Amino acid sequence: MAGLHKSEFTNPVINWVDSRLPIFTMMQKEYGVFPTPKNFNYFWNFGALAMVTLMIMIATGIFLAMNYTAHTSMAFDSVQRIMRDVNYGWLIRYVHANGASMFFLVTYVHIFRGLYYGSYKAPRELLWILGVVILLIMMATAFFGYVLPWGQMSYWGATVITNLFSAIPVVGEPIVTWLWGGFSVANPTLNRFFALHYLLPFVLIGIVFLHVAALHVTGSNNPLGIDVKGPQDTLPFHPYYTIKDSVGLCLFLAIFAGFVFFAPNFFGAADNEIPANPLVTPAEIVPEWYLLPFYAILRSVPSKLGGVLMMFGSIGLLFVVPWLDTSPVRSCKFRPVYRWFLALLVIACIVLGMVGAHRPEGIWVLLGRLGTIYYFLHFLVILPVLGKLERPLPLPESISKPVLRGGGPLPSGAAAKPMEKA
Amino acid sequence: MMRWVTFAAAAAALIGSLATAPARAEGDHMALPKQSWSFAGPFGTFDRAAAQRGFQVYNEVCSACHQLHHAYYRDLTGIGLSAEQVAAIAASKSISDIGDDGAPMDRPGLPSDHFKAPYANDLAARAAQNGALPPDLSLIIKARDGGADYVYALLTGYSAAPSNMKMSDGMNYNKYFVGNQVAMTPPLSEGRVTYADGTPASVNQMAKDVVTFLAFISEPETEQRKALGVRIVLFFVLMTGLTYAVKRKVWSDVDH
Repeated sequence: MAGLHKSEFTNPVINWVDSRLPIFTMMQKEYGVFPTPKNFNYFWNFGALAMVTLMIMIATGIFLAMNYTAHTSMAFDSVQRIMRDVNYGWLIRYVHANGASMFFLVTYVHIFRGLYYGSYKAPRELLWILGVVILLIMMATAFFGYVLPWGQMSYWGATVITNLFSAIPVVGEPIVTWLWGGFSVANPTLNRFFALHYLLPFVLIGIVFLHVAALHVTGSNNPLGIDVKGPQDTLPFHPYYTIKDSVGLCLFLAIFAGFVFFAPNFFGAADNEIPANPLVTPAEIVPEWYLLPFYAILRSVPSKLGGVLMMFGSIGLLFVVPWLDTSPVRSCKFRPVYRWFLALLVIACIVLGMVGAHRPEGIWVLLGRLGTIYYFLHFLVILPVLGKLERPLPLPESISKPVLRGGGPLPSGAAAKPMEKA
Repeated sequence: MMRWVTFAAAAAALIGSLATAPARAEGDHMALPKQSWSFAGPFGTFDRAAAQRGFQVYNEVCSACHQLHHAYYRDLTGIGLSAEQVAAIAASKSISDIGDDGAPMDRPGLPSDHFKAPYANDLAARAAQNGALPPDLSLIIKARDGGADYVYALLTGYSAAPSNMKMSDGMNYNKYFVGNQVAMTPPLSEGRVTYADGTPASVNQMAKDVVTFLAFISEPETEQRKALGVRIVLFFVLMTGLTYAVKRKVWSDVDH
């Protein structure tokens, strides 16, 4: 029949649907037989973990929205109603609140994975850029969400963050007024933040779809950072990686549940259990842990506009990382020098996170500045320069062959073993 | 190498989360003495007798100034009171309501009522309290860094002000309060309440009891949460093991 997809599914119902809308063929191609490098380690779990966490966040978020009231006079009380009166409301809310932290945790590990194994390099530049867009939308969503319970930290966090835009010369103040929908953080602000908090996760789904679509064009990177040479280097995604992702997922959910059930307020701030009060400023206004490094960069620059620019710049920089890195080799496994600088970057980010949690006084000011300097130095100087100076270790011939020691000749008859599944 | 990196990443994440979390607890507070609480730890439950004594302390002392805005009388079944006892407690309160004729009226409380607030509104509270607003206590254990230990320390932390300290009018010295000047007069004194179970009503005992009660009111779901949590965490740990075994089986024919 003209115009119908030629479906290979034998089940008549599936065949009928698939002939008209080949979603089953697509799923089979992209998640069933999709050729995936066979040498992934458990770092390759984290993309799937982030995807599952996004679904958990949307599912719990929808149920929270059914019971939440986006009005300054009722928001705090409605959250308490969820915690006390809604059946398992405490569970839904604690999963959602801790889920935000879990989402950032797995996403940060996912980003580290990309940096360590050079997953951002050609041909995966756009894949990486879409990932940075996801990170930005996640941050905005998390910020809007943190405002909704309308506690002290919600209110004052919203005040601090929106006021960042007042640093923009000339148009800064009008922009802030426009963001607030008034002349202070108030009911219009809460209302629009709720609307945006509900909207952005669905935008996120769209970008995640593009992220996965781009991944399935280039194929996955792998711990060796070398291209797949043929079918002997790959395995079908199912069952090999569905089961490997499941192992990580179960462990992840065990840890997630540990927080939800036994330390649900571990990541929270006590001040946010006090209703928002515009007349009382908390002793410390501290963002959630996942934004602390950026907060530290903001506060390390002794100029408001400079600090804001550096903070946004620290994320903006990630967009051009594929072109800042000049090394011909992807994986840090074969970059004996850069490996240590990347470790230093991780340390700098953790130090910045600690700095963000402390008052900017004493040693914390110095540490914040050192961390900020290293962060920018790493991407703007070390990444481009080291790529040209460093001598990479010899790369293996292919994923299915061991590293050639001393660059010796290929062992004779080293034909690839057929790995395809029947 | 990979093992090293995995370890380093896990360690880094752990250090990062531990290093940033307690930082918020620091401030001007004195170090809080740690108490042993019945509800602490993954298997902790509320000591029913202590929580009931604590309700008595709240009812006879704290409730004169502090409300439990988010709590209902029916919540008291959670500390082991029977439905009849709760109904009697609620009925002993006079609740302002609107009658069928539309006129304001008072009626006996019901278990479904919120705890009766001592003041009509915040302004009335301030007017009666020398300008200070007694905070709502329904989330107090969650809303203070240090939680139960902090509230206990505050209740037992009153003493005479150091001679070199200039106290403001009507303020009381408390070594655990930020700035050391608190508007609340020492609420507990030896024998302030008479416990029905014969427990001697020392200041420390009453403080411990009322903090246990307030911890329950702050998080009434605690026991259900922990009980469910044990099962769910065990389930996922077991599933991790099973899934790993299946993974080994699936991968057994792959040379990798």
